[in-house]
Amino acid sequence: MSRKILLLMAHPAIHRSTVNRSLFKLADQVDYVTAIDLYAEYPDHHIDIDVEQQRLRDHDVVIFQFPMYWYSTPAILKEWQDLVLEYGFAYGSEGKALHDKLFICATSAGGSEDTYCATGYNHFSVRALLQPLEQMASLTGMRYLPPFVLFDSRRAADGEALKTHQKRWRDLLVQLQQHDVDWSFADQAKRSENCLEQLFLRGETP
Amino acid sequence: MTFYLVSAFLYLAAAVIMVPLAKRFGLGSVLGYLMAGIIIGPALGLVGQETNTIQHFAEFGVVMMLFLVGLELEPRALWKMRHKLLGLGGLQVVLTMIAIAGLALAFGLAWQTSLAIGMIFSLSSTAIVLQTLSEKHLTNTEGGRNAFSVLLVQDIAVIPMLALLPLLALAQFTPDSSTLASNGHHTQTLLEMLPPWASALAVLASIILVVVIGHFLARPLFRMVAEAKLRELFVAAALLLVIGIAALMSLVGVSPALGTFLAGVMLANSEFKHELESNIEPFKGLLLGLFFITVGAGINFVVLFENALLVTGLVLAVMIIKGVILLGIAMAFKLKNVGGWLFVLSLAQAGEFGFVLINFSVSQSVLPPDIVQILLLVVAITMFLTPLLFIAYDRIIVPRYQSKSEEAQSDNIEERGKVIIAGIGRYGQIVNRMLTASGVSTVVLDARASQVETVRSVDIKSYFGDATRPEMLHTAGIEEAQMIVIAVDDHHGAIELTQHVKQFHPHVYILARAFDRGHGYQLRAAGADSVVSETFYSALETGSSALKQLGFHPFRVEQKMHAYEHVEEAASDELYEAWKTGSEGERYSSDFRQLFLKLEQAFKTALQRERHEKHLSEDRVWAPPPKRYTDELKDNDQSQ
Repeated sequence: MSRKILLLMAHPAIHRSTVNRSLFKLADQVDYVTAIDLYAEYPDHHIDIDVEQQRLRDHDVVIFQFPMYWYSTPAILKEWQDLVLEYGFAYGSEGKALHDKLFICATSAGGSEDTYCATGYNHFSVRALLQPLEQMASLTGMRYLPPFVLFDSRRAADGEALKTHQKRWRDLLVQLQQHDVDWSFADQAKRSENCLEQLFLRGETP
Repeated sequence: MTFYLVSAFLYLAAAVIMVPLAKRFGLGSVLGYLMAGIIIGPALGLVGQETNTIQHFAEFGVVMMLFLVGLELEPRALWKMRHKLLGLGGLQVVLTMIAIAGLALAFGLAWQTSLAIGMIFSLSSTAIVLQTLSEKHLTNTEGGRNAFSVLLVQDIAVIPMLALLPLLALAQFTPDSSTLASNGHHTQTLLEMLPPWASALAVLASIILVVVIGHFLARPLFRMVAEAKLRELFVAAALLLVIGIAALMSLVGVSPALGTFLAGVMLANSEFKHELESNIEPFKGLLLGLFFITVGAGINFVVLFENALLVTGLVLAVMIIKGVILLGIAMAFKLKNVGGWLFVLSLAQAGEFGFVLINFSVSQSVLPPDIVQILLLVVAITMFLTPLLFIAYDRIIVPRYQSKSEEAQSDNIEERGKVIIAGIGRYGQIVNRMLTASGVSTVVLDARASQVETVRSVDIKSYFGDATRPEMLHTAGIEEAQMIVIAVDDHHGAIELTQHVKQFHPHVYILARAFDRGHGYQLRAAGADSVVSETFYSALETGSSALKQLGFHPFRVEQKMHAYEHVEEAASDELYEAWKTGSEGERYSSDFRQLFLKLEQAFKTALQRERHEKHLSEDRVWAPPPKRYTDELKDNDQSQ
């Protein structure tokens, strides 16, 4: 198994980024990853639908990489969905272009992990907050993987957290390219947050 | 007359043959000139005694060089350097003077003579070092800047030295008229006729005069000359300034180099900076080359072979003593690694002021005539060895530090190169303001002195000069530039400039402003990387405003505008190719006209089209799916 990965990164202030810029740079150096900086490509938000649809056709894994903005993606990723995931392409009786691709969000959140639960001030888990994307994946026939999250992101660069996260990110890209997903495990852990690493069947190919 | 022509021919021929050869072998131009001098002088004997006279004339190259250095150094930058100047430079001069004087004492010379020798060898060669630094693009490195500080202090130190030397006179070497004759340096100074207080006053007054000339008089003069639009007149004015100040300084016995340096600093902020540079630079280059040739030609091989051991020993001693002192200073001032080594290796020689001081000392009966030849040889040979030290720096020092510094820098955000903006009219001003406000350094040129004055009055730093002239581009720094924005009003000049930059500086990205479609194609054919039509976007804005005013929804108008831009962009290659095949005489062939009509049609369809179920449009915007589309949706989760 060897999948090609499309990384769509949206960060409106990448020059101030500590986490997402480093992850994007790492991914850009990997030859089976096509890394796209959406704000660089479409600074005026005029997204080229044909180009983007062709990119989707050419890849097997789609990653949305973004910092959490008001519990969702930065605006351009929403615009991207609005324009690119057209009827007849991504959904509808003829719209099967995305079927069976893997979809995953790689995001960074300012709050610490314990704030993203019913008792924390953010009240919902990240996975719960990203449900619109999960449902988008569902409607377009993509297989949704639990989000890859870095919490407490503003302080991550100060300690070891960012380094650990970068290591996990490199491993994740390898797994997405090579390893099969244990879907029975995925279904069991359907609504859980921290099962991403256990999902992959290591080193096995059918 | 014939004699002058023949000797001029000899000097030029030697330079034209040897310098390119030396450069090809990576030896640098200075070594090439020096070797050319040795070949036509001691080796072939083609030139003889007149080299001494020529050398005095050629020293004027150093004067011009200091003027150019001054132009690159704003008064504020000079003031910022004051600690370095006093610390680095002062220490270097004093310590080297003491050490070398000590060595001379050990040789059994009188203390007065020893001190004079110390002064002579404490100086380094401004000419060789600055020339080599700029050739190797090292002027703005840490080591280069520090070396320059020291050289500047040495040039200043020459003034008190010249004042001090007569006090060291020894009775037994009463001046001999023959040694005096060759030296034109002191005999015409006013100072000798004045009492000491008056001479000090005269020096002060002339320095003030230079500042006044540089600051207040030069600019109106140049503006007037620029308005006359005669190229050679500006060259004449530039030479007038430099030679005038040099003459004034010589009259009061101050180093002319220092005077012109000061004038250069005063003009560093002026709009004529680059124009002056491009005019003076060829003279400076030729004179300096001539100077290096005379140094080579002046090496007296007879004396050298008779005293081979002594001279070699002295050369080594001088260079090692200077090097060790420089190393100590570098360490004390925390100049480390590559920068420290450049500092040490570049300054460990004696310099052209050494010749001046030697001649002056002889005339003032400070030096016994018998050691003069030896001293001259030591100065010349250390100068000859300096280019070799630079080669050692390139081949040995730099590779050792390269890998380290590259690693350290890999994480930094890449440095942006500077941008040259040709033409500061309405168009160039906006471009420049955007760039400078974003922290990009720009060099602004305009060929109209009045326009430069106007924009300078609103604080846009710009320079008078015609960017379509290659030497002007050179002094504006095209070699280090990353990009040039061509916004000159002259249609034809813009195309020529594009062609020139493309051909000789292919690394520079060319952004050109076009007046109309045809001009745009011509610029593109000339090699512009990006062409923007000056009317396109403002007209597009006007069209959008009109539509909005007529009641179209602003967001829909925005989309139409984008569609228009998109269609234009998509058709541009095809139109350009059609334009290229058109004949010279008729500007637009019938092919082109047909394509243009096709483009008109494309605009119409693109702007009227809404987004339908089957996407036809090139510019698609959000549109709802068909009314009954939900009927066919199923839960994908369940289907798997």
